[in-house]
Parts: sequence; structure tokens; C-alpha cells
Amino acid sequence: MSRKTFLLATSLAAGCAALAISADAQAPASQQQQPPAVSITITGEPGALPRYAVPDFIALSNDSETVEAAKTIGQVLWDDLNFEREFDMIPRDTYASIPAARSLGGIPFDRWRELGADGLVIGTVQRQGDSLRVEVRLFGVKAGQSAFGREYTAAASNPRFFAHTVSDEIFQTQLALRGVARTKIAFVSDRDGIRLTGTVESRVVKEVYICDYDGATQRRLTVNRTLNINPTWSPNGRSIAFTSYIRGVPDIFIANIYQATPPENPLHGRGEENFLPVWSPDGTKLAFQSNRDGNAEIYVMNRDGSGIRRITNHPASDATPTFSPSGNQIAFTSDRSGSPQIYVVDTDGLNLRAMTHESYCDRPTWSPAPYNEIAYSARTGPGFDIKVLDIATGERRQLTFGEGSNESPGYSANGRHIAFSSTRTGKRQLYTIERTGKDLRQLTKLGNNQTPDWSK
Amino acid sequence: MRSRWGLSGLIVLLAFVALSAGACHKKVSPETRPLPPPPPPPVAAAPTKPPAPAEPVRVPAVVPPAPLVEDRVSSSSLDEINKNSPLKPVFFDYDSAEVSAEGQKTLDGNAEVLKKNASWVFTIEGHCDERGTAEYNLALGERRAVAARTYLVSLGILADRIRTVSYGKEFPFDPGHNEAAWAANRRDHFVVTQK
Repeated sequence: MSRKTFLLATSLAAGCAALAISADAQAPASQQQQPPAVSITITGEPGALPRYAVPDFIALSNDSETVEAAKTIGQVLWDDLNFEREFDMIPRDTYASIPAARSLGGIPFDRWRELGADGLVIGTVQRQGDSLRVEVRLFGVKAGQSAFGREYTAAASNPRFFAHTVSDEIFQTQLALRGVARTKIAFVSDRDGIRLTGTVESRVVKEVYICDYDGATQRRLTVNRTLNINPTWSPNGRSIAFTSYIRGVPDIFIANIYQATPPENPLHGRGEENFLPVWSPDGTKLAFQSNRDGNAEIYVMNRDGSGIRRITNHPASDATPTFSPSGNQIAFTSDRSGSPQIYVVDTDGLNLRAMTHESYCDRPTWSPAPYNEIAYSARTGPGFDIKVLDIATGERRQLTFGEGSNESPGYSANGRHIAFSSTRTGKRQLYTIERTGKDLRQLTKLGNNQTPDWSK
Repeated sequence: MRSRWGLSGLIVLLAFVALSAGACHKKVSPETRPLPPPPPPPVAAAPTKPPAPAEPVRVPAVVPPAPLVEDRVSSSSLDEINKNSPLKPVFFDYDSAEVSAEGQKTLDGNAEVLKKNASWVFTIEGHCDERGTAEYNLALGERRAVAARTYLVSLGILADRIRTVSYGKEFPFDPGHNEAAWAANRRDHFVVTQK
């Protein structure tokens, strides 16, 4: 059985070998080691979050790569489980002295109870050719009962991905929560410092990059040595739409990131400027901004560029669209009142309403369900801060407070986190923060990085 | 009753589709592709060829009788032209896309150059300072470029010589973070792309 899984995983990986990132597309094949009906929810003390411990995974092969992978998986899994702040993660150095169990019967539960752990994740890593076989068990420490047990086989090249998969499955089985450990963030960076050719003054090209949700494994996606901006993930995570100046005038391109084919160019722009594509929640349409009728308006098209429909019609600029989770409304920025503000309109162009009346608001991004809110950048002083508008109550809350200029918020798929760019350390870098404003994390350090978009 | 109407309705519909298929041909296939160039007309048949389709009506434009191109300019490459560009940048006030009186003077001068070099095709790049957001600045830069185009067209420069591109705040001319840098970055920049 495990041999079959291994063959499947490797053949899938080989099939997508055209791109290095392809390995990430395939979740490690997993199989349950116990009937799914057995479901134990690990709880903490009354009023407290369950306390979790994740000791180093045990390397069952002695080669350095396996030993290294075992270490990485344990550490990354601890970080992943910590990210949603639904578990009280016990610092790993406090249990370095507890001996590793070589068998399920040998787990010193009394030691873990003494430490105050409620949940304990034990895992083993074994080399199998070019693959790793990882076995994971989650125990409820009080009863010494297994709450979760799975084995995974996948390419050995990306041990972090085992941890991300385990984390998402633990969140799903323990809390019915969609984790984000396997999601990615697309953004634009000038880190390569490549000069644009054909211009007189110095201009540095910007390319589309992607990285894991935690900033790891940053990779360049485009190599067209021009200006590329505002990438957005398709709902299925297999395509990224972006704006590129590769033909001089900005136009919309769609890169199918797991296929070695050139990006699609649905509109075949002929001189008009097409910007800022965003996907409808079902992935069949894109909303975008274009001056094809003379000034900036919002349009919707089918993914292949057919069926273009104009949504807005105003001599002022209408810009930066975002779909509601149901796909039947669009929020956008318009300066029709004299300054940029956020508006919402039905996708038939009716029922327009102003959502903000501040000095300057831009880049609305609609949250996924179940939250019903719009994150945006608002001028609060010399720079911008990230704010969130609750659509039902009209209440607004501010997530950043004047440290640098903060722009371009983008939600994680579960709506609990927001990625944005900030100049708080000098150059523009990417950060994530919880929708409550807690737990700020820096993702990038090289060059300038902007316009993050979180995969669904 | 219902099925009879349904059937005759279908027949009528089919007839309509058949009749209108030719007329509606364009709507069936919204994707546009350039057609292959037409075959050259046979020389012998030239006198009998059908009359050419009417030229699309164009706005009459002031075109100088003969371009007074200086030898120096005509012999230089596009890069050399753009390096010491005779087309001067136009600067804007904060968060504004209005061409000022001074900007109009600059554009008047640019229009003279463009009339002397009537073959030039050029791009107006709209740029913004870093104080706006990246996204909204794309719309603002677009308005700045279009404002200059509108003014040049009013002076008799053919609109189809002009391409507009907004770079928002992506390519600042001055990387500084002060008033002088911001003022330098709020501009329309002219690039000759064909001569």
C-alpha cells in the first residue's frame, strides 16, 4: 500500500518537473492509520487553550538529509500550529530533555503530563529513494490516546511541506478550522536590481514572486525584465493574473504556474491600459480596471477575454476592483467625490453606495466568508495605515498605527490574517497580521516588495 | 397547444438564425485576430479592380507641408533623441492631473517640435510621487498622461501618434523622500518610440 502511494507521488512529481515549484502542488499522499470515526478533541484546562508540544521528529534513517528533514518538520510544524493562536504552543527548548520515543509503547506520557502538555505530536521520518515517508501521531496526553494518525509519502526535496500538510489536517480535525500553512503569497519585487533596457534614466524591473505563507521558499515566477505589478491568485491556486508592461502599455496576463506554457493574454490590448485583474470567487471571470472607453472604469470579463462588461460609468476614475465572496458585488476605489474613497456596486452596475468618507482610501479587499468586511489602505498622516470596515455594522478598526506607510492589504483564505506592505523598516517589505491587529510578522527582507496576494 | 407553439417557434427561430448568421458573424466569434495580408493585386487586372473601400473619416488635422527635420535629429537614434529629448516633461501639483499654465507652455513647445518632426510617434508616461497608494496612483498617472494628450491634440497633433502609459509611482525619477523629489516625480515624461 505504501509502495503504491510512493509511486503515485513520485510519478506526479516527475510529470510536473518542468517547474521546480511543481512539487508543492502535490500534497504528500496521506493515509489514515485508524478509522476516521474515532475522533478525539484535545482540550485544555477550563478557560485555557489546549497546550501542545511538538518535539523533534525521529529520523529512522541515519543519512544527514533525513536527520535534517526530521528537525525541519518538527520546527516548522510548531510554527504552523502556532500561527492561528488556537493552541498554546509550549516552547520547544523546555522539553529537549524528554527522551524521544522509538515506539508507540515507549512514549513517556508522565513526563509530558508533568510539562503540562494536553496535545503531543510525535513523528518519524524515513528515507525511501528520492522520497520521505513521514508518520505522524497526535496524542491526547491526559488519556494517552491517539487523536490523529497519518502517514505521508512525497518528494524529499521539500520537508517543510510535510509540516504544512500535517498542520492543516490537525486544524481541520481538531477545530474544523481551515489552516493556511499550505497557502502561498504572490507579490512583486525589485530585489534582482536588473535595469530596464531602452530607457534613458535608471529604472529597475519588478518581477512577480511567490513564497509560502510564512515567507519561506521565495521564488521568482516571471522573467520578462520589465515592470510587472499586482499579481492575484486564481481560486484554484493554479494561475496568477497580473499586470505587465512587457508590450509597453500595461495589459493583463495569466500565468499558469504549474504548466511550462507562456502566460495567457486574454485581452490582447491594443493601446488601451488594462490594470489590476482580480478573480471572481468561482474563477470563471476577472474584474479589472481599464481606460478603453476614455478614462478609468471597472469591467468584468470571462477568463478568456470574452464577454467584457462595463460595471461603472463616471468621468472620475473608478479603480482597483475586488469581488464580494458571493461574487455578486464589487468594491472599488473612486475619486468621484473629489478624493479616493471606497464604493460598492452590484455586478449589474446597480445599487452603488459609498462605504468610506475619509481623507483618502484605496485598495479595497473583500474578506472571504464568514467574515463580511473590507480591508483597505487609509491616509492617517503622512502615510497610510491598514483599516478594516465591517460591512454589516459600519464599524471600522485600524490594524497599523503610523509605522511607515502601510498599503495593499490581502486576506488569507480563512479570513483570519491580512498580508500588506509597509515601509516601517525603510524599504517596502511584506508583513502579515491577524485581522484583530495582533501578531505582526515580517515576510521579506531583500529589495522592495509590494502588493501581496494570498492564495485561496 | 404548448408543444405546437414550441415547435413552430423553434422553426421560426432556426430560420431567423439561418438568415442572420451572416449578418451576426462578428458576434459569434468575439476573439479578434489579425487577418493575413491580402494578396497583391495582379498587375494586368489593375484597371478592372473594384473601387477601394471608402477611407474612414478622419478629423482633419494640421499637418505641416514638409517636415523640417534637422539633419542632426534625423540621423540620431531613438535613444539619442530621448537622451537629450526635445520633448520636455510637464509637472503637476500634488494629487492633481490638471495641466498648469506653465505646463501648457511646455506642451506648446513640445507641439512645435512634434509638428517639425511629423513622423514621430511617442508615448506620454504619467508618473506620480510616492505619497499616494500604488493602486490609485495608476489611475492618477493615467489621467496626467491623458491630460497632456488632450492638450496636444487641441494643438493639432494627431491622436494616433500618441500613446499614453501610466506608471503610477513605480518608476520615480528622484528616489528621494522629500518635497523636491516628489515634485520631480509628479510628471508626464515623453518618449519618442518611432521616427
